[in-house]
Amino acid sequence: MSSAIELTGRIAALPKLGRRFDRIIVPALLLAGWEAFARAGFLPPALLPAPSAVLHALADWIFGIDQTTQSYSAHWLHDAYSSAWRVATGFAIAALAGIALGTTIGWWRTAEATLEPTLQMLRPIPPVSWIPLAIIWFGIADKPAIFLVFLGAFFPILMNTIHGVKAVDRNLIRAGAMMGASERQMLWHIVLPAALPSIFAGLRIAIGSAWMLTVTAEMVAVKSGLGYVLWDSYYFLRYDIVLAAMISIGVLGFASDLLIKQLMNAVLHWQKATTVAGRGG
Amino acid sequence: MAEISIEGISKTFHDKSRGRDVAALDDINLSIASNDFVCLLGPSGCGKSTLLNIIAGFEKPTRGRVSVDGKFVETPGADRGVVFQQPTLMPWLTVSENIAFHLKLKGVGKAERRERAQAFIDLVGLKGFEAHYPAELSGGMNQRVGIARALIMNPRVILMDEPFAALDAQTKSEMQEELVGIWQRHRGTIVFVTHSVDEALVLGNKIVVMTRRPGRIRDLVEFDLPRPRDVTGAEFNDMKRYVLNLIKEVATKEAA
Repeated sequence: MSSAIELTGRIAALPKLGRRFDRIIVPALLLAGWEAFARAGFLPPALLPAPSAVLHALADWIFGIDQTTQSYSAHWLHDAYSSAWRVATGFAIAALAGIALGTTIGWWRTAEATLEPTLQMLRPIPPVSWIPLAIIWFGIADKPAIFLVFLGAFFPILMNTIHGVKAVDRNLIRAGAMMGASERQMLWHIVLPAALPSIFAGLRIAIGSAWMLTVTAEMVAVKSGLGYVLWDSYYFLRYDIVLAAMISIGVLGFASDLLIKQLMNAVLHWQKATTVAGRGG
Repeated sequence: MAEISIEGISKTFHDKSRGRDVAALDDINLSIASNDFVCLLGPSGCGKSTLLNIIAGFEKPTRGRVSVDGKFVETPGADRGVVFQQPTLMPWLTVSENIAFHLKLKGVGKAERRERAQAFIDLVGLKGFEAHYPAELSGGMNQRVGIARALIMNPRVILMDEPFAALDAQTKSEMQEELVGIWQRHRGTIVFVTHSVDEALVLGNKIVVMTRRPGRIRDLVEFDLPRPRDVTGAEFNDMKRYVLNLIKEVATKEAA
């Protein structure tokens, strides 16, 4: 009896294992191919470091095992923290401003008429082109980077909030008015919750832009962080560290998006029964 | 004294894409007494929903005025509970929170909200579904939530816009029976919009028969058949014949 139960349990666990294997098969093949190509010696190892060399550099950068990354050895946590802090600060300011302004523009026609044209004119200007001004205004430190992150994250949040507010079902507003909601209560208890799915879509686009702009700013206007290490290593032809920095940015970007996704799933749990995202299997 | 007084209401919509005005309601005068169950009966496009929206304060009349309990209607308000054609619940709130939404707006605390909502959850037969979200319930159950949400405000008037139109026949007749039961026990004035003669005759003690575009009142029929009403009985069918003839007469006149 017990062995039968054990067997069914094992069979049930199989598809799960299979799916986990599905996920790693493509990256594993790519890495193996890259390693083989690098070791074959078609290119000098300095120009195309093997994955094992990149991993070595990354390990030393993080843990300081044999000083292969020289002055960066064991410095990863500090660099990652610098970048993450800029992302978090710029993103938080952008989220607050974007949601507040987006709600204002989406809800009040006058605000739309007076504010939106200016903002729509600023939107197509690439955030990167603000770098010269950002350096003059804020100097070489955290501030220009945070400013750039803000610019990159603000517009997706603003646009999605405006869209979310404008798309609220008019009958929900009528229901709110029927139950005696003041305008402030209407915005807080009906419009914002109803616009949240759209706002979260904006936040997820924005967190990607935030990482891109932190790294860009660090290459030009800041002397710390993952982007700075990346650019500095390029000057010394340490492509293993360049690649290690790229991987670090990718992983941190992925992790921060995952965090927002988790938050979104927790906040929007009521959507599960009606959307594709919530379907089982 | 009249609970709802409708004086000379006309409503004209401007059709922007065709550049002309469309008259939806023309000189409606109607006086509804306290505890009346009034059905506005008419074909689609006769402006009966527009009239209801004007009483609710969602739309402004082009001419005329409406007063409820002696006060002129300017905006929507909690003295007039509305049950919409679609349940129109907040999808992010549970059944209990949806019903107690009015109390939340008034600043009533969480524990008291839950307690007061419970009585209305029991009343509309949703015990056991307090923590469900609207998306997890059927259309009929959601409409019950919509009714409970209006009742909890203890409004003087309840306005219902074809609330059972999307339900299957059996659920519809159950809901009609329950609505009559609730109205008999709690009293209050109900204005109920419908295009179904049967529904109007099952529910109303006054039936306002309306004509199509521009909406006018053709006749106001008083119907005091005791409840529960036997829909197969002679009196019911005599009245049904009379109302159907009224509607047919209206239709032929329009066609001519």
